[in-house]
Amino acid sequence: MPAADLLLVLVVLADFMVLGTSRLTTCIRAIALQGLMLGALPIALTQHWSLHIVGLAVGSTVVKSLVLPWFLRRAIREAAVRREVEPSIGFTLSLVLGIAAVAIAFGVSQRLPLPAGVSELLVPVALATVIMGFLTLTTRSKAVTQVVGYLMLENGIYLFGLTSTDRVPFLVEIGVLLDVFVAVFIMGIVVFHINREFDSLSSIRLTELRD
Amino acid sequence: MLLLALVLLPALGALGAYLHRAEARRTAWLVAVAAIHLALVTLVWTTPPPAVFSGWIAVDALGLIVLTLTSLLFFVAAIYTVGYLRRESPRGGRAFVSCVLAFLASVSLVALSHHFAVLWIALEASTLAVAPLIFHRRDRRSLEAVWKYLVISSVAIALALLGTFFLSTAQANSAGTPLLLEDLVADAARLHPAWLKAAFILLLVGYGTKMGLAPMHTWKPDTYGEAPSVVGALMAGALTSAAFLGLARINEVTTAAGISAFTRPLLLFFGLFSIVVAAAFVIGQTDVKRLLAYSSVEHMGLLAVGLGLGGVGAYGATLHIVTNGLTKGLLFLVLGNVILVAGTTQAGAMHGLAKRLPISGGLLLLGLFAVTGSPPSGVFISEFAILRAAFAEGHVWVGVVLLILLVVIFLGLATTILKIVHGTPERREPRESGWLVLGPIGLAAGVILLGIYIPAPLQSALRQAAAALGGVAP
Repeated sequence: MPAADLLLVLVVLADFMVLGTSRLTTCIRAIALQGLMLGALPIALTQHWSLHIVGLAVGSTVVKSLVLPWFLRRAIREAAVRREVEPSIGFTLSLVLGIAAVAIAFGVSQRLPLPAGVSELLVPVALATVIMGFLTLTTRSKAVTQVVGYLMLENGIYLFGLTSTDRVPFLVEIGVLLDVFVAVFIMGIVVFHINREFDSLSSIRLTELRD
Repeated sequence: MLLLALVLLPALGALGAYLHRAEARRTAWLVAVAAIHLALVTLVWTTPPPAVFSGWIAVDALGLIVLTLTSLLFFVAAIYTVGYLRRESPRGGRAFVSCVLAFLASVSLVALSHHFAVLWIALEASTLAVAPLIFHRRDRRSLEAVWKYLVISSVAIALALLGTFFLSTAQANSAGTPLLLEDLVADAARLHPAWLKAAFILLLVGYGTKMGLAPMHTWKPDTYGEAPSVVGALMAGALTSAAFLGLARINEVTTAAGISAFTRPLLLFFGLFSIVVAAAFVIGQTDVKRLLAYSSVEHMGLLAVGLGLGGVGAYGATLHIVTNGLTKGLLFLVLGNVILVAGTTQAGAMHGLAKRLPISGGLLLLGLFAVTGSPPSGVFISEFAILRAAFAEGHVWVGVVLLILLVVIFLGLATTILKIVHGTPERREPRESGWLVLGPIGLAAGVILLGIYIPAPLQSALRQAAAALGGVAP
């Protein structure tokens, strides 16, 4: 399945794009592109077509590459932020850690037996995307970048879910419920003006409550 | 049908509450739904209904215990809300009642789900239902609290979903329905151990965060500190118990699969670490709600330790769900009364409670002794069972460390709470509203009763639940 493998490599590239850039628009573009790959993957991976697979492909393309990126763009327009100013670790170090994440993901996947008939790249790419999403979520200070990190985390989980679409129908689909959180976060940024309330979109400033 | 009604009634109630414009009618609606829910739960005890949706929604001893606790606490909280909304009218009262009812629906679904995907969906729904309740005062501090809660919970719930996927992958070679609890347990020997272990770790972290196990507990002090007391009571009593149920469910599978040697040390580690963290932060804590939050971290730790010890510990943990839930409900509601008159959550401004609010003062004192596990409270019985398991299962050091930490926490809680109760107040308050004290009195009676006598139906449910978790009753 070379088409699927190509898509999976592009998914990892999108991960690195998010890790390596300071521009929020580039971040959003990367996550939208990743969404596009994820939408195409069910079709590239399947051996027998079904309405379920097509629905999954169309649904995830619409949500992951159109709706959520559109919301995110609106959020940065409302909040008037462009750049990630002060990540807690630098962009170069982020990229290095990203490479480490890929290595770890491949190492772990070697030890776990794969379900039959699944592309060998799928599980490592899923785990790598989860780890890099987690990395973005924890090391970036802008609420928008954190939401992008959360989306990556969620995309990784979606990828893993694709290993069992044939065996366990509708398991991947419940992952879409996580998008509700994403929507809530973006609404939080837009409606409750986390930027205005706290002077900037930086969630680092949310530190009034402590012991 | 009965099982579906337990979820649908509060769900429809949440919609219905939104239609009522007058606040008095909305609270009456809330109490009515809570009472019917409690009546339905009683019906489940007398005539166990059959499973629905090919076993996905079913009732067993452990689920029934959590369900009953939730329904009971909710009924008490609903009565309390009547008095509370009279004193402190919140903005968006409609959303308040709807969200509380949505919370009841989601937690009931957690208690009844025998399918890991349904369980996950229900726990996610509970997170979303609770968030607006925390953001109830609509100021900067509650915004910070709700943001922190949502970010941490959403990552946790995402990891739990990955764990659920891993669990279904572990099941790849077995014949049963994917992710159905009964089939997982029945065919546990054919689950793939590596995937199952990975699933356990992810679910432990995911649901452990929702419980508030250290070091993933950081949302708890902020959330409990900012949420209205009645929401704190529901979260600390019912929501954390529901999250623990998630952890107990995967534990049923790992026990059946015979990988307890791998899972138990992990549970012990997170459990003990939580109690250590709680002990460290309880000392010198001046904010009463944050104090309760750390006490909740402690008791979640005890639940994990009980599960991790096995044997009588599993029985102790199951009983502790009930005793801790009732005690937390009591303390949050009573402290809510104090906060209503004091206008602050700082312990320094509350002294002289015994004279200021005699009923709440007495209940607070009682709650203090209950929550620290003094006899004759029910918490004593459950903590004693867990301690006994530590010595019986050969973890003597766990038992010793536990004893020391429990004493430290007792001292920390007692210093702050005794200061509130004693002293001479600046002024006396008018007679306490029945709405605000009746519920806590009932909870206090329940906690004491469980310390003296455990009713036979509950005892047999506890036995069954402990057996499912690989433990035994004393």
